[in-house]
Amino acid sequence: MVNLLINDTPISVPAGTTVLDAAKKLKINIPTLCNHPDLCVAGNCRVCVVEQKGARTLIAACAMPVSEGMDIHTNTLKVRNARKHIVELLLSEHRADCTKCYKNQNCELQSLANEFAFGEHVFLDLVEDHNYSIDRSSPSFIKDDSKCIRCQRCVRTCSELQFISAIAVSKKGAHQKISSFHNRPMSHVVCTNCGQCVNRCPTGALVEKTYIDQVWDAIYDPDKHVVVQTAPAVRVALGEDLGYDPGQRVTGKMVTALRQLGFNSILDTDFTADLTIMEEGTELLTRLKKALVDGDKGQALPMFTSCSPGWIKFIEHKFPEFLPNLSTCKSPQQMFGALSKTFYAQKRKLDPSKIISVSIMPCTAKKYEADRPEMRSSGFKDVDFVLTTRELAVMIKQAGIDFRNLEESHYDSVMGDSTGAAVIFGATGGVMEAALRTAYEIVTGREVPFGNLNITPVRGMDGVKEATIKIEGCLPDWKFLEGAELKVAIAHGLVNANKIMRMVRAGTAPYHFVEIMACPGGCIGGGGQPIPTNMEIRKNRMKAIYSEDEHMVLRKSHENPEVVAIYKEFLEQPNSHKSHELLHTHYVVRETY
Amino acid sequence: MESNKGLTKVDLIFEKVDAREALTKAFKMTNDEIIQQILESGLKGRGGAGFPTGLKWKYTAAEKEPVKYIVCNADEGEPGTFKDREILDRVAYKVYGGMAIAGKAINAKEGIVYLRGEYRFLLPKLMKELETFHKMIGEIGFDFRIKYCLGSGAYICGEESALFESIQGERGEPRNKPPYPTTSGVYGKPTSINNVETLVTAMMIIQHGAKRYTQLGTKDSRGSKVFSVSGDTPTPGIFELELGMSVQNFVTEFGDGDTKAVQVGGASGFCVPRKKFNETIIGFEGVPTGGSMKLFNSSRSMYNVLHNYLDFFAEESCGQCTPCRVGCQQLLKGVEKVKKGEAKSTYLNELTKLADTMKIASKCGLGQSVGNAFKSIVENFREEIIY
Amino acid sequence: MYQVGNLVKELSEKHGRKRDSLMPILQGIVERHNYLTDEAMVEVAKELDISAAEVYGTASFYTFLDTSVRGKYVIRVCKTITCSMKGKADILQTIEDVLKIKVGETTSDKMFSLIETNCIGWCHKAPAILINEIPYTELTVEKVVEIIKDYMHK
Repeated sequence: MVNLLINDTPISVPAGTTVLDAAKKLKINIPTLCNHPDLCVAGNCRVCVVEQKGARTLIAACAMPVSEGMDIHTNTLKVRNARKHIVELLLSEHRADCTKCYKNQNCELQSLANEFAFGEHVFLDLVEDHNYSIDRSSPSFIKDDSKCIRCQRCVRTCSELQFISAIAVSKKGAHQKISSFHNRPMSHVVCTNCGQCVNRCPTGALVEKTYIDQVWDAIYDPDKHVVVQTAPAVRVALGEDLGYDPGQRVTGKMVTALRQLGFNSILDTDFTADLTIMEEGTELLTRLKKALVDGDKGQALPMFTSCSPGWIKFIEHKFPEFLPNLSTCKSPQQMFGALSKTFYAQKRKLDPSKIISVSIMPCTAKKYEADRPEMRSSGFKDVDFVLTTRELAVMIKQAGIDFRNLEESHYDSVMGDSTGAAVIFGATGGVMEAALRTAYEIVTGREVPFGNLNITPVRGMDGVKEATIKIEGCLPDWKFLEGAELKVAIAHGLVNANKIMRMVRAGTAPYHFVEIMACPGGCIGGGGQPIPTNMEIRKNRMKAIYSEDEHMVLRKSHENPEVVAIYKEFLEQPNSHKSHELLHTHYVVRETY
Repeated sequence: MESNKGLTKVDLIFEKVDAREALTKAFKMTNDEIIQQILESGLKGRGGAGFPTGLKWKYTAAEKEPVKYIVCNADEGEPGTFKDREILDRVAYKVYGGMAIAGKAINAKEGIVYLRGEYRFLLPKLMKELETFHKMIGEIGFDFRIKYCLGSGAYICGEESALFESIQGERGEPRNKPPYPTTSGVYGKPTSINNVETLVTAMMIIQHGAKRYTQLGTKDSRGSKVFSVSGDTPTPGIFELELGMSVQNFVTEFGDGDTKAVQVGGASGFCVPRKKFNETIIGFEGVPTGGSMKLFNSSRSMYNVLHNYLDFFAEESCGQCTPCRVGCQQLLKGVEKVKKGEAKSTYLNELTKLADTMKIASKCGLGQSVGNAFKSIVENFREEIIY
Repeated sequence: MYQVGNLVKELSEKHGRKRDSLMPILQGIVERHNYLTDEAMVEVAKELDISAAEVYGTASFYTFLDTSVRGKYVIRVCKTITCSMKGKADILQTIEDVLKIKVGETTSDKMFSLIETNCIGWCHKAPAILINEIPYTELTVEKVVEIIKDYMHK
C-alpha cells in the first residue's frame, strides 16, 4: 500500500492506483475529459491537472500513479487557473453553437464550461482558422470536426474496443485531427457504424444521425400506419435517460409511452428474435447434418450469428473469406421489417405502401443495416426509420410525457409476443443461450440440462467465452448427433471477435457455433444506448435483462405462440422457401481500408 | 553567483583519439567503474535538458530486465543547433564509442541511433563507419551492435519518449511519465537515451579520466560544450567552449558589434537582451542550452523572431495535449492581433498568463518550454511586439 | 507500369512486418516514388496487418512522408529563423519564378515540388534548402537558379 495526502487527508491505496482514482476514494472530484473507464489512459486533455507539492509542473491526475508521501492538492489557485485556461482553450477551437447542438445539455465540455462560469472569453476564436468539415456520409452518425476537442476517446474506442481503427489521429500541431483513411467519407471506409465512438464522444463531434423528425412526420401523417418495434436491450436502458438508475426495467412504461407518442401499433423485436432462433437453429442443425451425416466437407463451420450489423460489416471488410460461415438469417430488426409489410399487413388488412416501420434500437449500426439494399424483400424498404434508445428518450421528453408516472401496458398483437429467450438477445451470450434452449430440445425432446434453463457458462462479461454441450438421448431424427459435443463460443466487442476470427483463420477454432456481437456486453452496451455507458452500467443492464427473462412465463423461443402461429399460417416451416425470401439475406465483400 | 570564467576554446569533442585504445581501456573497466567516472565528472546531458548522465546510466544499470537499450538521440531539431550533425560527420566513431561504453555500463547489447530525416544524406558514410566500428569492438570483445532509425521530419521526436514511439513505428507523441525511460523506454525496455554530444563527452571522460573534465566549467555546469553559433555574427559555425562564460563574453567573441539580443537554447530557450548580457551565465546556473546560440543585431525585429518561433511551435507541437496544441495557436494569433492593433497591448498580459499555464500543464518538455521564448521576448522587447 | 504492391512487399521482406517496420517501409516508398499514394498506404496496411487509417495517421505526422502528389525532386526551403533572416524569402521567390509554381505546388511535368520546411540544421550557412535529401547552403539568388537548372537537365 502507498500512503499519500490528498487535500491534507491521508489515504492508503494499492501501488499503481492513479491519483485520480485515489481522490475518488476520498470523494474528491477531479474533472476529466479525455479519461473514460473503458479506455486506456491518455493524459491528453490536461483538465485533471492537480498540484503535487515539490513538483515543477502540475500533474495529470488520470495518468499519474501514486507514490509514497505524495502531497496532492486538487483545488489550489494554480490548479484552478490552469484548468480554466485549458477549458477555455478547448472552447476556442470548438464550434460552440450549443443551443443548436444535438448534444446540448448532454455535453461534457459544456458541463465543464458551466463549472467555470465563463463570462467573457479571453482567448481568440480559432474555429474560423480551421478548415473543419462535417461528414454526413454514414446513415448512422455524423462526424463534425468543428466540435472535436481531440480527446481521442473515439480513436481509442475504435482501436482498443473494436480493433478497427477506422479513425486515427492524423497530422500534428494545429493541423492535428481525427481522420478516416486519408479523410475519405466514413461511409467508404472500414467503419462498422457500431457507434461506440458516438457513445464515448464527450461533445457533439460524433452523434447519431437522427430521424426523430421523420418519425414525427410519419406519426402525424393520417395516411400512414406507423408500427414500432423495440429491441430487447432498449427496455433495460431507456430509463437512464429518463431519470432512472442503470439497471431498471421499464418495459411496460416504455410501451405506454410509445402508445402516447402516437404509434399505431407497439410491437416487439423479441418476436423476430424468437423467429431468428427457429431459423438460425434450423440452419445450424442442417449444416451439422450435412457435415456429419452426408460427409459434405463444403459446409461452412463454425457458423456465426448474424444479428449484429456492426459485426456483419466487420467480417465483410476484414474476413470476407468467411462470409459463407455467417448464418444467412437477417437480424431480428430486419426480419421484423420484412414481416411488417407482408405478414402484418395481410393480417391487419393494410396497404403495405402505407405502413411506416420504425424500430427502436440500442444501436447505430441498425440505421445502416436498414439502409442496405438487400433489406427490401417486402418490396419496400423493410424498416423505414431506426431510432436509438437515446432518440426515443428525446421523443418522450419532446412529447412532455411524465414517464415515471406512466401506467405499464402490454405490446400489441400480432408480432408483439415475446419469450425470455428473445429478451436475453440483448446481452452477450444471449443468442447462444436462446439457441441452445431450443436446439437442444428439438434434438433431444428434453430441456437443456441447466438449472432453471439458465445456461450460465455462456453468460458474463469475459471477452471470449466457450462452452461444450454434450448431446445425449437424441430423438430418432437426430440420432446422428448422439454423443456429439457441441462446441460453442461467444465474443462481444470486435476486438474479441477479431481474436476468434484469427483462430478460425488459423484453423485452430474447434467451434461449431459462434455468437458474435459488435459491442462490448452485447446490445446492452450498444452504441445507441444512453451516455455514459461503461462496465458498471453494462453489468447493471445485463442483470436487468436476465431478471426480465426470469420473470417471463415463456422462456423458449419455440414456445412463442405467435411464432408457432406464423409458421402455421404464413411461413410453413423454418428455412422454407418463404422464409428464405423474407428472412434471409446475403453478404458483400468490402474493401480493407 | 559564481564569477564567470571568460571564454575559453576547448578541443575535446573533435579531438582525434585512438578509439581502439580508448575502448580497450573501457572494456577492462567494470560497469560500476564506468558509471562512477561519469558521475564524478558531473556530466549533464548535452541535448538541453541537462539530466546527470551518470545517474541516468546508474538507474538503467539497476534495472533487472535482461534486454536494455542505449539510444542515441540524433534528432537535432532545435532551431539553431547543428552541432550533432557536425559531430556525426567528423567523429562518428566517438559517438559509437560512447554508445558501446554506455552499453557496457548498463549492460545493454543493442544501441539505436535515431537520426533526423534532414540528415539522411549523411547515412551512407555513417553506415560505412559503423561497419568498421562493429568490427573493431568485436575484436576488443564487446557484445554490442548499433543500428540506425531514421526520422522523417518531426521536431517533437527529439523528445525522448516521442522518439521511442517513432522508433516503434508510431506517431511521435510523447508518453505520460512516469514510467521514465530508465525503466520503460524503447519497446518498453529500460533505456538510456543520450544526446550525440553527451556520448562523445562520456567517451572522452573515460579516456582522460573524470578529474581532467571536472577542471573545466563551473560547479553546476561541468566541462565544455559544443555551441552552434548563428544569426548576426561574422563567424557562424561550431565552437567548443568551456562552460561558465557570460553572454557578454560570448557576444564579445561572436557579436558583430551591434548585438541587441541572444537567443540561448533555440526556439525553446531564452532570449537575453543586451542589458542582461553581463549578468547572465550560459549554463545550468543561468540560461541552459543544448548549444543553440543565435545573435540578433539592431536591424532585426524581435516581433518577427517571436512570430517565427511561435509559427514553428504551432506546426511542430504533436497536438495531443490541449495547452500545447491550442496554446501555441493562441500565442501566435494573439501576438499577430496585438501587432496589427486589433487587440489591446494589455492582451500580452493574458498571453503571458497562458504561457505560464503551458509551462506547468503541458504533457512534455515542448509545450512546457514554449513559454520561455515567448515570455523572455515579450518581457524584454514589449514595444517591438506592440508597435 | 510500376506495381506499388511489389515494392511494398519487397520493403516488408527487407524490414519485417512488425509495427516498427512502418517508418522504414514508408520512407522506402517515398525514397523511390516521391510520395505515398493511397494505394501504397493500403498495401502497407495489408502487409503489416494494421489499419489504413493508422498508416495515414502515422505518415501524416511526419512532414517528409508526403501523402499528396510530389515531383521527382522535392525542394524544401527552410523557413526557420536564421534562414528567414538571411534571405529565405528571395530564395523562395526565385524558385517560384524559375519553376513557375507557388509554394505547395508541383510542376505539371511532375519534376519539382516546392515546399517550406522547419529548421534543417544549417543555420550557420543560411539560407539553406534540401532537394530530396541533399542540402544546399549559403544560397544566393544566382546560386539557386543554377542549382535548379542543373536539376532540370538531370
